[in-house]
Amino acid sequence: MMAGPGGGSSDVQWCFSQVKGAMDDDVAEADIISTVEFNQSGELLATGDKGGRVVIFQQEPESKSQPLRRGEYNVYSTFQSHEPEFDYLKSLEIEEKINKIRWLPQKNAAHFLLSTNDKTIKLWKISERDKRPEGYNLKEEDGRYKDPSTVTTLRVPVLMPMDLMVEASPRRVFANAHTYHINSISINSDCETYLSADDLRINLWHQEITDRSFNIVDIKPANMEDLTEVITAAEFHPNQCNTFVYSSSKGTIRLCDMRASALCDKHTKMFEEPEDPNNRSFFSEIISSISDVKFSNNGRYMMTRDYLSIKIWDLCMETRPVETYQVHEYLRSKLCSLYENDCIFDKFECCWNGNDSVVMTGSYNNFFRMFDRGYQQDVTYEASRENSRPRSILKPRKISTGGKRKKDEISVDSLDFSKKIIHTAWHPLDNIIAVATTNNLYIFQDKLN
Amino acid sequence: MSEENEETKTSNEQQEMEEAVASPEKAEEAKLKARYPNLGAKPGGSDFLMKRLQKGGQKYFDSGDYNMAKAKMKNKQLPTAPAEKTEITGGHIPTPQDLPHRKTSMVTSKLAG
Repeated sequence: MMAGPGGGSSDVQWCFSQVKGAMDDDVAEADIISTVEFNQSGELLATGDKGGRVVIFQQEPESKSQPLRRGEYNVYSTFQSHEPEFDYLKSLEIEEKINKIRWLPQKNAAHFLLSTNDKTIKLWKISERDKRPEGYNLKEEDGRYKDPSTVTTLRVPVLMPMDLMVEASPRRVFANAHTYHINSISINSDCETYLSADDLRINLWHQEITDRSFNIVDIKPANMEDLTEVITAAEFHPNQCNTFVYSSSKGTIRLCDMRASALCDKHTKMFEEPEDPNNRSFFSEIISSISDVKFSNNGRYMMTRDYLSIKIWDLCMETRPVETYQVHEYLRSKLCSLYENDCIFDKFECCWNGNDSVVMTGSYNNFFRMFDRGYQQDVTYEASRENSRPRSILKPRKISTGGKRKKDEISVDSLDFSKKIIHTAWHPLDNIIAVATTNNLYIFQDKLN
Repeated sequence: MSEENEETKTSNEQQEMEEAVASPEKAEEAKLKARYPNLGAKPGGSDFLMKRLQKGGQKYFDSGDYNMAKAKMKNKQLPTAPAEKTEITGGHIPTPQDLPHRKTSMVTSKLAG
């Protein structure tokens, strides 16, 4: 159904590969998955949760005996990234929930990632240790110091192999730079800086320097009663280190060039689709709020997700998107109840596949959607325990909107709105996807013949 | 005079009904307004966004109120409201017993299990 990484074929079949997490329905708040991210090689897959914990999975290398089977993802490292805090000055609780994880490009044997909660960004180093020195002169093997008078000879400690240990250590803490809640972090292609965005401001950091950050966007009005929109997401361009975009709650995207001025309050480009004023309703602005923005891998397009649709924009054209895909248009006639149960404020994310030919996003009832840009085809799949037999092929799902419901179709009224897929990720080089339900992580792969 | 008013009223209702049929969004809006007649005209105002900025909601604590409540003195007047009208102050004076426990256990994630 989708174009594979080699391009061309529309015969991709998606199969269940793995599911992580507890099977019981009673979900502890801390276990709610809040972010999912592959690293640049796809070998590592990181998740963050509401309890402030990070779990990193590593893909096993392909076995020589089964060359056509991709390796499984197994736990590589897990650590507590953030802890709950209380801001006594402002009487505010600071949640430990991990809002975003972003991997730094790998420079040496260790892996580095940035993880952030509402207020503080941390740089974590994940390194392997598979050797340890033995034969100290002054210490016993268990670490106790020897009586110096018993030391009669000198020897050089020798490195001996040990069981692999993966250690995560916080190397930098970037704190106290955000008055409002951080929604995005994005690493610059210059390999030196990164940005962090909250509701009203965007800051630029150097990866090594924690006591200083530069404010590059500030949309806070002088009088808060004049506040009309907030920043919802921000991202650096994948290869132009001077360019970044940020999206707003009013459905606009602004592209900024850091060469133009130190403070990028004046955008270089503004992307906005004109709206028919006759169609305006109470819900118009809420459903136009952009919940995610992602540049394409080739850097020529960007994708935005609003409540009901995905839009693909050509960076050269600000007036309207070049492609629009309806994620769940049938929800338009349910907006009243979705407003009452707050679902209308759900912030769905979206992602590109490696060659930018397919985009993916989540929906309700543990459904997720893929849109093939080349073949102009779309498909709906479900992440559920029922479809979790090893290598079972995912069957496309259909939602019936009209009166007559066909067999195997699900009616809009029986959709479970508490089962939402907010976070999805696509392996940068391969047809492997990670889909997070509330507390489970599903990994699907395309069927290799 | 009143007959004319009634006529315009029915034609307005008719127009609304036609709009509702043409646009499911407008039909949903009508439903919402019927349930919540006091709802503001549009949600994009600063009040709405201010609430969003506060997210978890601020917890207010006044040691004077707390100590006076502890001493069981009748508090005739609450402290003057802060300048910004959108902030919400609670009427209940919290005591240590009322506060939810800060999470202390750092259990390993079930994803790693």
